[in-house]
Amino acid sequence: MTLDRRNFIKLFGSASGIALAGCSGAPAVSSGSAAELMTKTGRRVVVVGGGYGGTIAAKYLRMLDSSIEVVLIERNKTYVSCPFSNYYIGGLMKDLSPLTISYDKLAANHGIKMVYADVTAIDPATRTVVTSAGSLQYDRLIMSPGVEFRTEEVEGYDANTPNVIPHAWKAGEQTILLRKQLEAMADGGTVVISMPLTPYRCPPGPYERSCLIAHYLKTQKPKSKVVLLDANPDVVSKKPLFTKAWNDFYKDIFTYVPGKKVTKVDAATKTLIVEGLEDHKGDVVNFIPPQRAGAIAVKAGLVGPDKNWCPVDATTFESTIHKGIHVIGDASIAGAMPKSGYSANSAAKVCATNVVALMNGKETIELSGINVCYSALNDQQSISIAGVYKVAEGKIIAVANSGGISPTDFSTTKLEHIYAESWLKNILTEMST
Amino acid sequence: MTEHWSRLALIIGALAISAPATATPPTAAMLSNACAACHGTLGASAGAALPTLAGQDKDVIVDSMREFKSGKRPSTIMGRLAKGYTDDDIVAMADFFSKQKPHRPDQTLDATKVTRGKELHDKQCKRCHLENGKEGEDGSAVLAGQWLQYLQIQVDDYLSGKRKMSDKMAEKVKPLSKDDMDALAQFYASVK
Repeated sequence: MTLDRRNFIKLFGSASGIALAGCSGAPAVSSGSAAELMTKTGRRVVVVGGGYGGTIAAKYLRMLDSSIEVVLIERNKTYVSCPFSNYYIGGLMKDLSPLTISYDKLAANHGIKMVYADVTAIDPATRTVVTSAGSLQYDRLIMSPGVEFRTEEVEGYDANTPNVIPHAWKAGEQTILLRKQLEAMADGGTVVISMPLTPYRCPPGPYERSCLIAHYLKTQKPKSKVVLLDANPDVVSKKPLFTKAWNDFYKDIFTYVPGKKVTKVDAATKTLIVEGLEDHKGDVVNFIPPQRAGAIAVKAGLVGPDKNWCPVDATTFESTIHKGIHVIGDASIAGAMPKSGYSANSAAKVCATNVVALMNGKETIELSGINVCYSALNDQQSISIAGVYKVAEGKIIAVANSGGISPTDFSTTKLEHIYAESWLKNILTEMST
Repeated sequence: MTEHWSRLALIIGALAISAPATATPPTAAMLSNACAACHGTLGASAGAALPTLAGQDKDVIVDSMREFKSGKRPSTIMGRLAKGYTDDDIVAMADFFSKQKPHRPDQTLDATKVTRGKELHDKQCKRCHLENGKEGEDGSAVLAGQWLQYLQIQVDDYLSGKRKMSDKMAEKVKPLSKDDMDALAQFYASVK
């Protein structure tokens, strides 16, 4: 059993006199001046981030132990799913409403307290979260902050760049902007997509995007071209399937170029520069920058020696840097589990289960996780990757002889396209009800 | 408490925290909750092509998972996933989902087909799919309230021979047409 602060207090009778950081009733935080937003009376878990990880963590915490107060802090009143946003970009979805959820039902159904605010600071010592709406004390904190872009590594990238060269790697306005640019492009134009070195959010996402943009152009603007510049030396996800799709469906329109790490952008001329050597100019340019854990995780000192991602315990998802803080989703290093929406959902449940166990002085339970990720190849065919995960020697590993990708003869692609839509419906319903 | 004692307590605490965590093996809930992103929270599916598992007969889930694992039952993704679980895991998950509250969502259905399906059910199916498909019996699935789209995919798989019927089901299905099977699916989807 991991010794939790509560168990520790239990073991030693009383917290009084023990110079243990983070006892409830700690003095006002030094890192922020915001007044306390909600006084903590009982046991409280604060969850930061209302995406694929945070919503599920909050919900399952309450399902597993309704005596724990759960506060979910999210910046926006609505959330737009990144998974399936390529459908919209490729013109397969009229608007973003099928991808958009709000938090009202989730909060009402499970008694989750919503706080719509920006998190500005976290103090692990006093177990305090400071937000734009005031500060909150917690017993445990679950962070699901997603990713931020390492734009400082890209010469010429400034605050205005994504308004001209969208990343569309956080869904919403950026998704709409990229779609608008594709619609405005004349037949015969060139679309350049650039993707970063792994690890990044959603490994198959850029390849799916290349297919769906190519599908749109093939059917609507057939003289156009799509170029995918991959910083990686080879296709990093579902390789045999995407390679077949490019060959079978998009041979005349699409070019895959591996080993091209974009190091400089020129928004004015819509040009991407690779290692200072070659220029790739496009009529529409979609530059997906390299990534790291969401800004607040970096600010809170939760990233590891790589300075990008948050190392966590494989059973509890507790940060190996700051006790009492758990990190899930794309921001965390979850061993063999990829940075996907399904992984975040699965990790959130494992984390919630073990946060409840720790807070009740019970033994933690080993992870059993799943990843299921669909990618559309066109308007009728999809492919998938699946994995089952467990813990061995303190690491999350894929269970041997399981999981894998769709058959390479595409015999299941039409059925998988149907299942993919139900996947979306179920996972977003889980998050929003 | 003296400073000496508090310091000792801190040291013991630090030792305990840094000791390797022992965790119990995955429970039924731990195993099953991972399925919910596709099959709905506690197995109540919101996606019409993916079956509700809540309230399904335990043996039916066990058989399906084993057949997915062996490849006997056709699948896209389920075979790949089922291979990640031991027989004990599968029994634990089946037990978990069988005990969840049934989920019978409102669906858009064809009333004429529902009526026809009810007649066919009474004639051919009710001895195994008990209580209008609300109860499983001897390896027969709970069908009441299941998603129509999912049931239709199963009908297609059965009629094309991709999914094998049990002998007793094959005998009952033999005189039925594809339209009859569709009517049955509509009926079961309608049961509340």
